[in-house]
Amino acid sequence: MRKILSLLKGIPLWMSILTPILIIGEVIMEVTIPRIMKDIVDIGIANQDIAYVTLHGGKMMLMALCSLAFGALAGWTASVASIGFGTRIRKALFDRVQDFSFSNVDRFSTSSLITRMTTDINNTQQSWMMLIRSLVRSPIMFVSASMMAFSLNKTLSLIFLIAVPILVAVLVFVVVKAHPRFKVMLEHFDALNGKIQENLIGIRVVKAFVREKHENNGFSKTAAELRDAQVRAERLVIFNMPVLQLMIYACILAILWLGGRMVVFGTMGAGALISFISYVNQILMSLMMISMACTMLVISKASITRIAEVLNDTPHIPDDAEGNPDVKDGSIIFENVCFSYNGDEENCTLNHINLTINSGETVGILGGTGSGKSTLVHLIPRLYEVTSGSLKVGGIDVRDYPQETLRNAVSMVLQKNVLFSGTIKENLLWGNPDADDDTVIAACKAAQADGFIASFPNGYDTQLGQGGVNLSGGQKQRLCIARALLKKPAIIILDDSTSAVDTATDSKIREAFQRELANTTTLIIAQRISSICDADKIVVMDNGRIDAVGTHEELLASNAIYREVYESQQKGVA
Amino acid sequence: MPPMPKGIRKPKDTKKTLLRILQYFNDYRWHLVLVCFLVILSSAAGVVGTYFLKPIIDDFIVPMIGAPSPDFSGLLSAILVLAAIYVVGALSSYLYSRIMITVSTGSLYKMRMQMFTHMQKLPIRYFDTRTHGEIMSRYTNDIDALRHMLSQSAPQLISSLITVVGVFTMMLILSLPLTLLVLVMMVAIFWVIKVVGRHSANSFRAQQKALGAVNGYVEELIEGQRVVKVFCHEAESKQAFDKLNQELNQSSSRANTFANILMPIMNNLSYIHYALTAIFGAIMTIYSGTRDLGIFSLGLGALVSFLQYTRSFAQPITQVSQQFNIILNALAGAERIFALLDEEAEPDDGYVTLVHASLLPDGMVQESETRTGIWAWKHPHQDGSVTYTQVKGAVTFEDVDFGYEENKPVLKGINLYAKPGQKIAFVGSTGAGKTTITNLINRFYDVPDGKIRYDGININKIKKADLRRSLSMVLQDTHLFTGTVMDNIRYGRLDATDQEVMDAAKLANADWFIRHLPQGYDTMLTGDGMNLSQGQRQLIAIARAAVADPPVLILDEATSSIDTRTEALIEKGMDRLMEGRTVFVIAHRLSTVRNSHAIMVLENGTIMERGNHEQLLAQQGKYYQLYTGMFELS
Repeated sequence: MRKILSLLKGIPLWMSILTPILIIGEVIMEVTIPRIMKDIVDIGIANQDIAYVTLHGGKMMLMALCSLAFGALAGWTASVASIGFGTRIRKALFDRVQDFSFSNVDRFSTSSLITRMTTDINNTQQSWMMLIRSLVRSPIMFVSASMMAFSLNKTLSLIFLIAVPILVAVLVFVVVKAHPRFKVMLEHFDALNGKIQENLIGIRVVKAFVREKHENNGFSKTAAELRDAQVRAERLVIFNMPVLQLMIYACILAILWLGGRMVVFGTMGAGALISFISYVNQILMSLMMISMACTMLVISKASITRIAEVLNDTPHIPDDAEGNPDVKDGSIIFENVCFSYNGDEENCTLNHINLTINSGETVGILGGTGSGKSTLVHLIPRLYEVTSGSLKVGGIDVRDYPQETLRNAVSMVLQKNVLFSGTIKENLLWGNPDADDDTVIAACKAAQADGFIASFPNGYDTQLGQGGVNLSGGQKQRLCIARALLKKPAIIILDDSTSAVDTATDSKIREAFQRELANTTTLIIAQRISSICDADKIVVMDNGRIDAVGTHEELLASNAIYREVYESQQKGVA
Repeated sequence: MPPMPKGIRKPKDTKKTLLRILQYFNDYRWHLVLVCFLVILSSAAGVVGTYFLKPIIDDFIVPMIGAPSPDFSGLLSAILVLAAIYVVGALSSYLYSRIMITVSTGSLYKMRMQMFTHMQKLPIRYFDTRTHGEIMSRYTNDIDALRHMLSQSAPQLISSLITVVGVFTMMLILSLPLTLLVLVMMVAIFWVIKVVGRHSANSFRAQQKALGAVNGYVEELIEGQRVVKVFCHEAESKQAFDKLNQELNQSSSRANTFANILMPIMNNLSYIHYALTAIFGAIMTIYSGTRDLGIFSLGLGALVSFLQYTRSFAQPITQVSQQFNIILNALAGAERIFALLDEEAEPDDGYVTLVHASLLPDGMVQESETRTGIWAWKHPHQDGSVTYTQVKGAVTFEDVDFGYEENKPVLKGINLYAKPGQKIAFVGSTGAGKTTITNLINRFYDVPDGKIRYDGININKIKKADLRRSLSMVLQDTHLFTGTVMDNIRYGRLDATDQEVMDAAKLANADWFIRHLPQGYDTMLTGDGMNLSQGQRQLIAIARAAVADPPVLILDEATSSIDTRTEALIEKGMDRLMEGRTVFVIAHRLSTVRNSHAIMVLENGTIMERGNHEQLLAQQGKYYQLYTGMFELS
């Protein structure tokens, strides 16, 4: 919470301070108006003094105009303040997420990060606006109207001593009681939406298994539960309005009866009586507004917590290397490396990995789903941090490099790769913003992407939709490889990056790699043996351990897993 | 809350939509009559209550001033009458809110149920041509708008209208000249609403656009955050975001300013009105004391009542102007809901049904009450006779042409026959029409009569539910439902015993990993089985098909996410699953289809080559190229 508030700086901060001041001005004008009305009645009318009436009426109009100016200005400042605040939170959140390590993103999941950046910020912005407007306005209104009433007639003000506690008690009771019920209702809402979503995604399954009735029955139950939860929650809230009305009415009646007698006995003017009735409205309404604003704040509290969670989560991998050594070659040494996604050493995804890769070697990595191949290569550019043991790139521990130096030297093509909306060229320049056209084309030629890019009417300036939707899977993968090549890295890692590329093109890419990246260490994770069989070294992974390391021939001769995979892929070819 | 016209969409035919919404209240008509009555009662109580200030002051207080022994019985009885009016008012307002909760939640329940059950009946085409978000928003945004309108806007609208009319009438009764002043004020109020409203609508549109840009960027960059990291692109993306964020800041500040200033302006306009009334009213009161002013005469009590009315006059007008947007929005939402309800359900005029059967010694098929493991098509004829055909799983396509859109054929002249128990494979690149063929077999999409036959019966004559029950599908994107692993496998056949479910899981080689889950078969799966890997989900989907035990099986890229080693492990299970069934296999990986009886190579909607693995390799055509990797599948 404090973290979020510390974002309130500059113009939004000044506007946030100015808004309550303007609102105080507006409120003072508003509570003074009934007071003047009293004078008009008790002095002006009583003395039949038209000049007095006109003068004070004019004063009243002037005050209303001032109040209008204050109110409108406050509307403007509140909007600048809260929107500005929201803008800053949004920026802080975005920046924070950009700095996140992979493990931070794993913790939050992409979709929840998106909700936090959209819906939750919106809620926070709105509640800030409410806080500096309504939540300031109502208590001030309450206090100043009470003071006015008190100064008009102390005895009559005692009525409020009875009415206010009763109203407060009811409002608090309703808010406290209703809150858990609303929470339950929201849970039922989620359940209902989940059910619908599930049916939309799985409609083919539902229809294929003829389960429409089954689903209808399930939905009917969920919908009925929601209905009942809603009734239970709203049943309470509707007490607020009638109770408020009743209190206002009761006060007016008491004032008319008691005040009426005072007027008759001459201890109070009729004008004071009239003003008093106006103050009843202002005092009790402000209580109501406070309770409404509080309810809103409680609802948005969840959003604020969710934002704070992200802001408070520091990147798990700190970028705090002291020196700035260069990556001098592409050698990689794993020394007794263990890794676990949750840091739990008992339950590691990778166990005691020892592996030496010389600079310029081509290494293939093979293994079943969940054997730890991807995890292993993610450690090299320090996308995840080793749990124990050490990992050296170019002879120096990865933790001793600034992250940018390391990652510029280690280029990785992810399994789940993403292209961004923009032209093909813009996407490629991510690899190296300063690359000239020839360099870009050369990289694309090596990745066997130049051919299809050139066949597009707009060539390298072809616009890609979000995620590169207008390309085929194989084309996307080749673009991603080209993008990675443009970095001119010391080490390049292909994490199952040619799965959708046909074998012929795949082998052409590998040929190009050998020709042009002779000094670059190349790591290839692949499902197809054909993609890695001519590597200098093949690592067979199984269950988080290295099962064997060797060349294709060695492994065929000595390793059971390798042979099994080879045979399953070769069957029938011969 | 300020008025927030979130890109207001206007309803096309307001009257029709309103009438149709009203139909949902048919069960609640008496409730609604009562609600209307109570709303009128409560607003009338407010109006009349304020009017009572006049007699109380003018008749019972002012005349008593200075009286030696004032008589308070008149005041007391007037106050008691007023108290009664007030109690009735508050009570009616509670009651109508309470009844409205029952009415709105009840009718929304009915509407949701109708939407959902109708949605289940819609053809696959409906879902294929719309995004999930679009359909979801019928249930969330549109229903929500409707709920808001029913529970708040509608009663408020009625009560505001009654209050305005009531207050205006009372004002007329109290003082004609001061009411003329009200008319002048009303012109000012409407002018403000119009001007502010226009600016507000324009700037909200701008804000919506900027917000869309920011949200789009956020979505894209967060989804691609890992790539950003790998390329150290953080600084650039922060910079680009900053620009969009600033633009949003500008337009949003403007839009919110307009929304914020409406209330204070209206409120203080009403104070100006109050002040003006006070001046003129006070002068009138002063002169009324000395001479007869005719229509200009005004007592102190009347002035007080009138002043109270001026304060309660502007509020309902502002409220109505705000509710108006909400109501328009809700009606537009209702129209979209009705559009969904009016969507034509999947036609099903089939009359051939699937029944359990047993074979008589003479080879005749006889209908059976209980599950026998043998099924038959029950085929009633026009003359009243019924014939039974045993379900064997023979499927034939005869010169089938098909396109999802007119003039865009996806399949052209497809001929094929699958004999019972045969395994038929389809290979070809994306868009070649493989999945389309399976879509036709289970009638997700329809083709003209007689083109596709199932055991010799025109599939258009078979009741859809029965046709689909005789086929089992395992799809590329496996979908799991919220529930336990057990429930998910049992989805294939609801009356399967636990043992049968486990046997099916063993068959699919899913048993071992299920037992390793925290609660084994009772592990809850949430969010489409998020806690499982894609491969594990596919195994569960295969088990689901196995438990259904149908004569025909369709595997659409069913093993695409399972690595070759695991695939080899489940191969035996798959072989057992396929045994004795007609199987249609679509596979990307050619190792999966090698042992098929017939392989069809599809290209641009036509079958280019057909034959078994050896024949096709010998042919050295497209299949050969695919197999030797000279061709890219996407």
